[in-house]
Amino acid sequence: MRKDGREAGLTEAVQNLLQQFINGIQTGAVYALIAIGYTMVYGVLKFINFAHGDVYMVGAYIGYFAIGGFLLHYNPALQDVAALIICMAGCAALGAFIERLAYRPLRNGLTKGDAWPWALFWALYAGLFGGPSLEAHSGLNSVGAFAVAAVIGFALLLPAFFVLFNYLGKRLQPTNSRLNALITAIGISLLIENQWQASFTATPQQYPDQGFKAVNLHAGVIQLNVNGGRIAMLVIAVLLTALLVYIVRYTRTGRAIRAVSLDPEAAALQGIPTDRIIAITFLIGASLAGAAGFLNHNLGQIYFKPDVGVQLGLKAFVAAVLGGIGSIEGAVLGALLMGLAESYVGGSSLSAFKNAIAFVILTAVLLFRPSGLMGRHVPEKV
Amino acid sequence: MVSGGLGRRGRVVFAASMMLLTVAMVFGCKENQTTTTTQGSSSPPAPGGGGAAGGPAIIIGEYGSLTGTQADFGVQTDQGIQLAASEINATGGIEREGKKMPVQIAVDDDKSLAQLAETSVKRLIDEKHVIAVLGEVASSASLAGGKVCQDKGIPMISPSSTNVDVTKGRDMVFRVCFLDSYQAAVVARFAIDGLKAKRVAVFTNKSQAYSTGFSSEFKKAFAKYGGQIVADQSYSQDDQDFRGALTAIKAANPDAILVPGYYNDAGSIVKQARDLGIKVPLLGGDGWSSSKLLTIAGPAANGCYFSDHMSIKDPKPLVQDFVANYKKKFNADPTSMSALGYDAARIMFDAIKRSKSLGGKDIRDAIAQTKDFSGVTGNITINANHDADKSAVIIAVKNGAFEYAATIPDPNKPMSAK
Repeated sequence: MRKDGREAGLTEAVQNLLQQFINGIQTGAVYALIAIGYTMVYGVLKFINFAHGDVYMVGAYIGYFAIGGFLLHYNPALQDVAALIICMAGCAALGAFIERLAYRPLRNGLTKGDAWPWALFWALYAGLFGGPSLEAHSGLNSVGAFAVAAVIGFALLLPAFFVLFNYLGKRLQPTNSRLNALITAIGISLLIENQWQASFTATPQQYPDQGFKAVNLHAGVIQLNVNGGRIAMLVIAVLLTALLVYIVRYTRTGRAIRAVSLDPEAAALQGIPTDRIIAITFLIGASLAGAAGFLNHNLGQIYFKPDVGVQLGLKAFVAAVLGGIGSIEGAVLGALLMGLAESYVGGSSLSAFKNAIAFVILTAVLLFRPSGLMGRHVPEKV
Repeated sequence: MVSGGLGRRGRVVFAASMMLLTVAMVFGCKENQTTTTTQGSSSPPAPGGGGAAGGPAIIIGEYGSLTGTQADFGVQTDQGIQLAASEINATGGIEREGKKMPVQIAVDDDKSLAQLAETSVKRLIDEKHVIAVLGEVASSASLAGGKVCQDKGIPMISPSSTNVDVTKGRDMVFRVCFLDSYQAAVVARFAIDGLKAKRVAVFTNKSQAYSTGFSSEFKKAFAKYGGQIVADQSYSQDDQDFRGALTAIKAANPDAILVPGYYNDAGSIVKQARDLGIKVPLLGGDGWSSSKLLTIAGPAANGCYFSDHMSIKDPKPLVQDFVANYKKKFNADPTSMSALGYDAARIMFDAIKRSKSLGGKDIRDAIAQTKDFSGVTGNITINANHDADKSAVIIAVKNGAFEYAATIPDPNKPMSAK
């Protein structure tokens, strides 16, 4: 009922519908950036990278530290652009590193070439544990002590792992078991979340206010409210997706990615370096997740904490499945649909089920159309 | 070698290296869950060593949200408790039978998770052998921790849990704050009389006992005072995007919106509401009472109101002394949470002093007999339900700061014109 007593009419209903539509598209854009990562990795490896949501979380934090740290005194627009690039680069490195550290040895067997990623990973812990005692006994500050301890750790561990893996690698066969890869992904996800929480606490953080104003749009009697920051987020997400589609369709690397996702063995026979292409796929997917993390929390001004990747990662995964996992267009479509569904359910009387709708959709998809909306059901030729 | 296998020597080497790594991790791991130090800029806990006429130390447990979504409340409460402990230890400790027994506070962080509250309290009682427990702020956590205290016969005082069920049927559990049934009625009365808002929308956090309790009490009181609930939406604990529900609330055209959540959600909701063009005031309870709310919401919070336990601008000397001492020790302004922690700790010390023995039941009886205790948050008498009868104040957000707006001692009477 309106204040002047008239019943809520058609105008209100249409306005509500359109407003929810805008909200839903904005939410969907974030899901799309994350879902693309899931879908590309599945395409080339037939493997769900459960650690992807945590790459998103790391992106949010990298941007926060950058803006609060060395970018503090720059003008805001420059800050955002620089932070976006740093987030994307940082997360790309993280994604590729996870692949190199945990997934590739499972695929190809443990070789002495895996010594450096493992030494690097354990050097991180050498820094975390050795740093404080080094700091106490020398004049170094905490960052310096961490770095020195990590470098020493790396120098000691590298030859140790080199020898160990060389010995083990000759005696271990690659398992290529899907289950092992899945468990490893979950393990990496838990590791990142918990270590992050231990190092940075679970207290929610918030980007400083970017000064975006709410904008009031009029179209006749219909009045809609959008926020400048969220619109910018949508625009950047669209641009990044367009860039990705360009890379995948029109560059040689993109063609190689498509080849590997179609048939890895044939691609290898054609001379495509599959391991490198897989690493590039992780790189691209992770950079988009990092961008999503930065955009959603900076421009969208939503608070975040170390487990923020869990829920969003899960929903983006459902979005990728909905659209047809393995298909990039499907991931985008699925993500937009998921965003809209969440928006409409969230604004209805069933708002308590806003988060459950993702899983209702997942169940429905798996029951009625497991290959997703845009997935092709390719029969296996024996 | 044999395909698919390591060979016997290989397996031994592999197992040995894994064990070495594990051992290194175990010994490298110095972190312990239960700390007996405090967070933030506060000083370490009261010294355990005896004073001149020193008796053995009295160990009191404290479980709180020192990290996580309610970290601000947990840290502020902890600082209030630590201030009370250091003040009493400056005089030598709690005086019993001619001896002064210094106080030690054993702190356990439950990370703002009610699931961890239970294990926190168990650790305090079983491992640290505390004789009494202070905590928690969040009603969900107090419900969980209170059950353990009740089962193990250790008295517990919650500084600020306002949900009605926290002390129901639990004779070991007390609180020094008012109940949501009172607080929600105060907000309802302020909405109807103070803001002339007859149509209110409610937006509840259905994962928090505090929020759901507050919501239902508000609805009852508001209807009794002649108001109408025009929209009823809810969200869950880790939600961050409230635009869908807020759009639906906006469509119902309320005069005010009740958001009985904690400061993190409330701050985000207020901000997103203003972004969507919602101009009416948003209302809340004592869960809003943190400066973090102002940081998160920014100028969007202006024109909003919430109920609280006290205002630190109260000119009473007891309050101003507390504010000055707190500022000196922690270099920050106290909040109502700090004040409640302070009062809860002092009531606990007073009860232990009066108690016949240091056994759980005797301390419980002494707490139950607390009458007219002069607290920073008001005059505290523990009633038959183990709750405290106190007044609530309404705080307004003006120009990015918290300002005192009104005191409503009896919400069932219409507000007198100011």
